Amino acid sequence: MNADVLLANLPALLIAVPLFGAFMTPVFGRFLPKIRDAWVILASFAASAVALLLAAQVYAKGAVVYVFGAAPGTGAVPVDSGGIPIRILFNIDGFGAFMLVSAAIVSFAVILYLTVSQSRRSSRSEFYALYLLLVAGVFGMVSTGDMFNFFVFLEINSLAASALIAYHRNGGLAAEGALKYLIVNTVGGLMILFAIGLLYAQYNSLNMAVIASSLSLTTLNLLALVLFIAGLATKAGAVPFHFATPDAYSVAPSGVTALMIVASQAGLYGMFRILFSVYGGVFTSATVGWIVIVLGVLSMFIGVTMAIPQKDIKRLLSYHAVSQTGYMLLGVGVALAVLGDVTLTNAFGQMAMEGGLFHIINHAMYKGLLFLAVGAVIYRTGVWNLNEMGGLGHKMKWTMIFFLIGALAIAGIPPFNGFASKLMIYESTFAFNPAIAIIAMVVSILTLASFMKVFHSVFMGPELPEYAGVREVPKRMLAGMAILAVFVIAFGLVPDLVVDTLITPAADALLHQGQYILSVLGGGL
Amino acid sequence: MIANLPFIAVALLIGIAFAMILLKRNMIKMIMGLGILEGAVNLFLVSLGYREDGIAPIFTSAPADPTMVMPTVQALTLTNIVIGVATTALMLVFVMLIYKKYGTVNANEMRRLKE
Repeated sequence: MNADVLLANLPALLIAVPLFGAFMTPVFGRFLPKIRDAWVILASFAASAVALLLAAQVYAKGAVVYVFGAAPGTGAVPVDSGGIPIRILFNIDGFGAFMLVSAAIVSFAVILYLTVSQSRRSSRSEFYALYLLLVAGVFGMVSTGDMFNFFVFLEINSLAASALIAYHRNGGLAAEGALKYLIVNTVGGLMILFAIGLLYAQYNSLNMAVIASSLSLTTLNLLALVLFIAGLATKAGAVPFHFATPDAYSVAPSGVTALMIVASQAGLYGMFRILFSVYGGVFTSATVGWIVIVLGVLSMFIGVTMAIPQKDIKRLLSYHAVSQTGYMLLGVGVALAVLGDVTLTNAFGQMAMEGGLFHIINHAMYKGLLFLAVGAVIYRTGVWNLNEMGGLGHKMKWTMIFFLIGALAIAGIPPFNGFASKLMIYESTFAFNPAIAIIAMVVSILTLASFMKVFHSVFMGPELPEYAGVREVPKRMLAGMAILAVFVIAFGLVPDLVVDTLITPAADALLHQGQYILSVLGGGL
Repeated sequence: MIANLPFIAVALLIGIAFAMILLKRNMIKMIMGLGILEGAVNLFLVSLGYREDGIAPIFTSAPADPTMVMPTVQALTLTNIVIGVATTALMLVFVMLIYKKYGTVNANEMRRLKE
């Protein structure tokens, strides 16, 4: 098999590689336990490499449409099908490629970390298999062009994530968090399936581009839209569907939580895809945009106010995750509110969109880094409660530095990446509605205050006698954190370059619905 | 009216399911509610695909002037049943673990995560 064949079939490999890796892991664990960890790292590396190669292809040549089961070169719509694309297809445009980059980097950094941090636990083969399944679910969600296919990957994502949450039982707490997460996500998933049914009944197709090309704003379609937004906001963990998020994030192993940030952002991807690529053309007023903005502002504010009084360090970080999701919704919501208006879109809509999307990848990096650093502290001390920690900076210097980088980035301090994207959101939102921009800044200040408290109580102060035996974590865990820290700093130092290469194609892909439809249907229909 | 009966049943089932999920405190009953919700969505999908006198698109032994129906929704329903089995099984496992540790399946009595 030569390289051209592989390159032409990257979208299929995107799913096949992590699935193969996942199902081979228990086999290795059974017969060759010595090289099992190496196999898992190799499989994750291969999956990430495929995702990055595919993203590079998209950035170089434009959207990739891959039709499963069709001869190469034939279009998405078979000639004898009467204008309906029957086959399942993957449609990876700038937005999908951008999400792939984010997921690829985080999933590889986290597996380096997890293979060490889980080393004291039993029956790890299945744990790693579930991890790779979760990666496959995320990759599938952000690449598919078929609604039902999206639902299936969403369920793979939810099932694998909840199994990972409960994998180490932790006296029943983990099962409790996982059960809440799974119930909430199953209800959300069924709402999405019902909405898919509503659209299929009217347009006889499951293909997003086909539905988008003939959609109109009827009551039924509005009902479907509400169900989509509710279901996907549940997956993304935004207010008012956030109640399971902190429970699940705080009991999962720290590395898993870092990947679950990416998994929940795949829900955000779905929401933006539905709002812009499918429904984008039919909005005549700013109402839906305002709904998204209100969801965003509520998430920001409720998330941060719930985070401040928390004593459990991972629960605190989880509420901050809800709060940061609000920034993404705010940025993209502003863009949605001015979608039909070309002057306003050029004035600040595009920038708001780019800020919101930039914040997605930034949040994946720095929140992943924070969870990994906190996981490292828990790995060495076995303590969750902030009040019982202290003085760990003397013994865990690298972990402290990585945590500080993440904390400054989430608080929006230059020169880290959180500042770059938040500045774009502030500027554009201020042009849209100054009051909202001020709320966003206040939330950012509260975030800073909260993280200074955490940093101080975990790492600063005199050395405590009960932590005399604490050492720095193993090198491979530090390597996982270092990968994310490098991106946090690099994205903060050259934000213009990142925005131009990664973010602008993603924003353009969402803002130009016609291109998305054309990429599947060609000139036909 | 008769043609709309399945959809009325779907609406009723969804109402019962949400009432069970939101009002019942016994986790087993909440999971049963989820099962009913899934059944309602499955019924909805299958009813969408029903056409009078429609047959599956198999051309051998088809009548002279057939109404053929794409079995897409049936495929969707099958997939969703499989997903539903996996989800329900996993949720019941979680309830078993919780019952072993806490000795209860009442959602009000297992709020150790709430602060």
